[in-house]
Amino acid sequence: MKKDIILAGVGGQGILSIAAVIGYTALEQGMFLKQSEVHGMSQRGGDVMSNLRISHNEIASDLIPFGQADIIIAVEPLESLRYLPYLSKDGWLISSSTPFNNIPNYPDIEEVLNAVRGIPHHLLLDADTMAKEAGSVKAANIVILGASAPFLGMDFELLENAIRVIFGKKGDRVVDLNLNALKAGKEFAELHQKN
Amino acid sequence: MQKLLLLGDEAIAQGALDAGLSGIYAYPGTPSTEITEFVQKSKYASEQGIHSQWSSNEKTAMETALGMSYAGKRAMVCMKHVGLNVAADPFVNSAITGANGGLIVVSADDPSMHSSQNEQDSRFFGKFALMPILEPSNQQEAYDMVHYGFDLSEKYLIPVLMRITTRMAHSRAGVVRREVRKQNEAHLPSDLRQFVLLPAIARRRYKHLLSNYPHFVAESEKSPFNQYIDGHDKSRGIIVCGLAYNYLMENYPDREVPHPVVRIGQYPLPKNMIEKLVDACDEILVVEDGYPMVEELLKGYLGVGLTVKGRLDGTIPRDGELNPNILAAALGLEDTFGLPIPSLVVGRPPMLCSGCPHIDSYGALNEALSMLAKGRVFSDIGCYTLGALHPYEAINSCVDMGASITMAKGAADAGMIPAVAVIGDSTFTHSGMTGLLDAVVENSPITVLILDNATTAMTGGQDSAAMGRIEDICKGLGVEEDHIRVVRPLKKNHDEFVRILEEELAYQGVSVIIPRRECIVAIDKRMRDKFKNKKTATT
Ligand SMILES: Cc1ncc(C[n+]2csc(CCOP(=O)(O)OP(=O)(O)O)c2C)c(N)n1
Ligand code: SF4
Repeated sequence: MKKDIILAGVGGQGILSIAAVIGYTALEQGMFLKQSEVHGMSQRGGDVMSNLRISHNEIASDLIPFGQADIIIAVEPLESLRYLPYLSKDGWLISSSTPFNNIPNYPDIEEVLNAVRGIPHHLLLDADTMAKEAGSVKAANIVILGASAPFLGMDFELLENAIRVIFGKKGDRVVDLNLNALKAGKEFAELHQKN
Repeated sequence: MQKLLLLGDEAIAQGALDAGLSGIYAYPGTPSTEITEFVQKSKYASEQGIHSQWSSNEKTAMETALGMSYAGKRAMVCMKHVGLNVAADPFVNSAITGANGGLIVVSADDPSMHSSQNEQDSRFFGKFALMPILEPSNQQEAYDMVHYGFDLSEKYLIPVLMRITTRMAHSRAGVVRREVRKQNEAHLPSDLRQFVLLPAIARRRYKHLLSNYPHFVAESEKSPFNQYIDGHDKSRGIIVCGLAYNYLMENYPDREVPHPVVRIGQYPLPKNMIEKLVDACDEILVVEDGYPMVEELLKGYLGVGLTVKGRLDGTIPRDGELNPNILAAALGLEDTFGLPIPSLVVGRPPMLCSGCPHIDSYGALNEALSMLAKGRVFSDIGCYTLGALHPYEAINSCVDMGASITMAKGAADAGMIPAVAVIGDSTFTHSGMTGLLDAVVENSPITVLILDNATTAMTGGQDSAAMGRIEDICKGLGVEEDHIRVVRPLKKNHDEFVRILEEELAYQGVSVIIPRRECIVAIDKRMRDKFKNKKTATT
């Protein structure tokens, strides 16, 4: 099994936590992993992306080639579109519908969402509201991860276990709300996944 | 042994700790910062008394590491590529003095300028200084090369340059550790004149370096990091340096390249290996991140004889970072592309944080200068460089660390009065102090704003050597006490700030204004650390 994943968002939205959960799960299964991150300028509200590659065979490049990503996981809709050149023909785009509007020229949100809806295989979900219902809007990234779960080819229990390990230091409450968020995302995906 | 998931930077740091490092010396700079930070956070390093505190700039870092090497212990110096410009004097001369304890200089290049002002290629510096160079292609090699590099350094008593790129530095993969080696005992160089570069000795040392160079080439021929991989299709031979190997392999899912390949991870180039490739193949494709260094070398200036393809003939773009698709195109393989980016997608550039003290400083500065002709504010490198962008549009230059004060002085010399310099606290102690002395010596009519946010914010909030010392430094350099003004950059102090600026802009000599308020991200981090420590203390 091999999955090439683009993670996209804005600095501070928690894409590296998504990478950490998937990465932990992959390593637990004895898979190879390469994850390339952008640091530096990204801290101050700029766009951030990460290439995450997991495979049962050794991985060559740190970068995913254009046109070959299996999944784009985005915590922001405008950011989800920025990496479309990476998406493979059968690839899935999974994005939050909540805009992060910190620029003066943010395009009309309906147009942005329509552009996402134009992608052959996409899931668009109101992760912020779902995260609030799960216990905290901060878990929106984990809702998105949950919605990606059916496409990752990993046992859901293993992802849950990774959440327990990674968020364990922050106490039971944080673990539980992230587990709820993960589940809510997965259920949404199972309900809405077509094609 | 245990497999760790490490960034390239972290793999280098772990490699250094396991290979018997005694001290790491560095000034922060993306993408090299995490090497030193890893050692700073390591419990093992603090138990072993391994030095890891930041230096005030790359030159002091390089010289201090050379001092540790003189004393017989292993030292590492880390910097971003432009830092090597700052450290160039000791770097080049250290090849002539040579080392005593193992000495590795890590320079992190930034092809595509993800967070830098240029994409210079550090391998040229290594070649210029006649030093061996190591260039890893993955995190495991980055780890292994440190051990190997210290051994090479101690075998020939020569510093070794390790060249990495942003992609290598900031990509994570599994690394298997080796056994931990002890630090060296302190011991003097066998020749106590080795480091005395008086012309008579320097001539001898330089001849020694030149006579060692063929040995460096011989080391490259048998290096585990250089490899000749045969292929049946000799219409083309391929030379790949560092990460380029991975992008090549990505294009062959079965990892079988039909053409002969020479894989380079150590320089000077292995001459026999390259000769063998050239003899066997009709043309050579050179793939390297950064400048076309190997390509130029093989092609020669006139480009006659060998057919060499690469960045110079347009087979590969002349600038920017490599990727698997660039290789596919260069090899004539089928390229892939997803969907185009919809035209409505706009950029999301980094910005000053809301609540940043620099915002108040630029608000006051813009107002104080509103009556004067535009274009007189020389700035520097840090978060405050974002003041060049909308809506502040407050600064007119950003060249290299420290250039604000000196450029303002030069402009004042040319009659631009008043000229203004804007520099951060960490940049000031990095290389602003000597320029300020020049201005004091001539009593130049410049107004210098030292934006003191109590940290090195741009690179993630490292301690600043300027902390608590700025006024004393300025006084010591000879700035008149009456013209050293401190202000707290807050909305409520805006009018006072503007008045101070107007007074000092009118003064026909050197003034220093210090807007002082801590970076809000630094406060946040400090509070979180405090909370964490409290929690661990009570549980
Ligand atoms: C020679 C060199 N070394 C390091 C860097 C990386 N770098 C850019 S800005 C900066 C620090 C700026 O700190 P400071 O001047 O205090 O400004 P702040 O970001 O805190 O506003 C560093 C280390 C560089 N660009 N050039
Ligand atoms: S990190 Fe600190 S100095 Fe940089 S923009 Fe934010 S508040 Fe300002």
